[in-house]
Amino acid sequence: MSDAVVPHRAEPSAAPARAGTGWFRRALDSDIFYSFRRSKLTMVAATVTLLFFLLAIFASVLSVQNPFDPAQLQLMNSRISPLWTADGQSPFLLGTDEQGRDVFSAILYGLRISLVVGVLGVVFAGTLGITLGLIAGYVGGAVDGLIMRIADVQLTFPAILIALLVNGVAKSVFGNRLDAMSTLVVLVIAIGLSFWVQYARTVRGSVMVEKNKDYVAAAQLIGLPAPIIMLRHVLPNTMGPILVIATINLALAVITEATLSFLGAGMPDTMPSLGTLIRIGNNYLFAGEWWIVAFPGFALAGLILSINLLGDWLRDALNPKLR
Amino acid sequence: MLAFTLRRAIQAIGVMLAVGIISFSMFRFAGDPVNQIVSLDTSAAEREAVRKSLGLDDPVVMQFARYFGNAAQFKFGVSYQFRQPVSSLLAERMPATLELAICATIFAMVFGILMGVYSALKRDSALAKIFQAVSLIGISLPTFLIGILLIYLFSVTLGWLPSFGRGDVVRVGWWTTGLLTLSGLKALILPSITLGLFQLTLIMRLVRAEMLEVLRTDYIRFARARGLTTRAIHFGHALKNTLVPVITVAGLQFGSVIAFAIITETVFQWPGMGLLFVQAVQNVDIPIMAAYLLMVSLIFVTINLVVDILYTVVDPRLRSTIRRPA
Repeated sequence: MSDAVVPHRAEPSAAPARAGTGWFRRALDSDIFYSFRRSKLTMVAATVTLLFFLLAIFASVLSVQNPFDPAQLQLMNSRISPLWTADGQSPFLLGTDEQGRDVFSAILYGLRISLVVGVLGVVFAGTLGITLGLIAGYVGGAVDGLIMRIADVQLTFPAILIALLVNGVAKSVFGNRLDAMSTLVVLVIAIGLSFWVQYARTVRGSVMVEKNKDYVAAAQLIGLPAPIIMLRHVLPNTMGPILVIATINLALAVITEATLSFLGAGMPDTMPSLGTLIRIGNNYLFAGEWWIVAFPGFALAGLILSINLLGDWLRDALNPKLR
Repeated sequence: MLAFTLRRAIQAIGVMLAVGIISFSMFRFAGDPVNQIVSLDTSAAEREAVRKSLGLDDPVVMQFARYFGNAAQFKFGVSYQFRQPVSSLLAERMPATLELAICATIFAMVFGILMGVYSALKRDSALAKIFQAVSLIGISLPTFLIGILLIYLFSVTLGWLPSFGRGDVVRVGWWTTGLLTLSGLKALILPSITLGLFQLTLIMRLVRAEMLEVLRTDYIRFARARGLTTRAIHFGHALKNTLVPVITVAGLQFGSVIAFAIITETVFQWPGMGLLFVQAVQNVDIPIMAAYLLMVSLIFVTINLVVDILYTVVDPRLRSTIRRPA
């Protein structure tokens, strides 16, 4: 399956002669990389996004404590303001909260949860949407009608409402004994179920165009089964728009997760995401402890803004009409 | 025209039926309704009696028909957490949500159109660039962060506006309104801005794009040639023509404003339907969740239907395309 994505790309020999060999050189010579280099804002956004991912991956190395291991917390250290203020104390760069938890470390761990839920949610939504879109477009007829009708209906409802409903139903089926890990799974499913429609519509549209082309007829003629034709021949030709949707959806998925957690229907306090941290910090805003809510808020806003900028650029770069 | 209206109406009924089935399945299969009503030491025989009195022994189709019949008369059962009929809970909180949603929409329309027109007419001015940047931030910042930011600025730091609740309300019949008292009006400001900001950016971008397009058309050039004042051209001719899509979008978005009020109401502890729904999700109060889903779907489907039909009335060009079989 590993070669499933690239069967129709040009072979290395077909690339411009000066490109030499290897995918890296080809990537550097591509139109997309050229447009990337020309946009400073995009390069900043890409760097910031990469930085957020690195921070999340190396959270345990970079933080001064594991904020969710009660043994490492000391109440003596509670409610310290950030380092540069009068009452700041090392090593708590961004201050501490009510339980003596380092805000910076909490953000790193929260970022990790937010990104895991976001990425898995996008992957789930993408898999579901692409599969249904392929089937609808390739099979057509009544199946197509049914799938697209469901998509139409779902599109009239905001994603956050669907995610909240899925969450509520999951809670009532499993009772309140959901632990943090299974809450994470429920969130991924809720986000996936609210965002699949866009993928399905896009893939279906492309498939309808692609399936009348000669290479599909040729594949049918040599007797390849439909699933193989769909996955290995039609799907790779629809990947451009999918990539754009996935990027913009990542920002939406992170927002949705944060919103659910903020509303108290997402990650629990024992394993908080950025949204949970903001909900907790919001309670201390009136006491003047602004840093408990402000820094997770900045992190979340920065993450979403940079992913959005990246998505906007990708949409323009992959759009042949704008070349 | 009539056929189109009928077909759209049948589609709308189909959607409501589908939502009704989902709502019923939640009500019936997500958790046992009997367990929510009886106490822990109720005997098996008594449980059986309760089950029978609720009609849970009947065939599922019968139960669904009964559920739908009740829902059509706005009977949604009894809330698990409040022990009150869901319909009266919803009715009590509906005015708060509707007032908030209407104020937010008005705020978004007025400022969205003004900012959109300005940034279309003075495309390269600094202020127009600021508007563009604000609209990107408005889309990237989650609603609840905007709410928290406003609370910190105007309630905690400056102390000008209240940070939660509706203020004093006046009862007019069964409707409670905050529009008639000073504290009610003050309490409305921050939530309306929070809720309307996303719509504002949407309308601003739309007005800007539409205006730019209209200003390039021949009839605007002709109006210039006739020597009309710039003011008359921009507002009498250009803006008027951009307003049809703007009003459509604002109308279609009204449903999502009500749904997004869930977040704003939680941030500001606004006693509306959205807050009720969030509490229901947290406490697994299925009857409220099911009823809220039905109510919101009804609002959505009605708005979509009305907008679709109005569109064909307003814009004759659409009629010929509609008649073509899809």
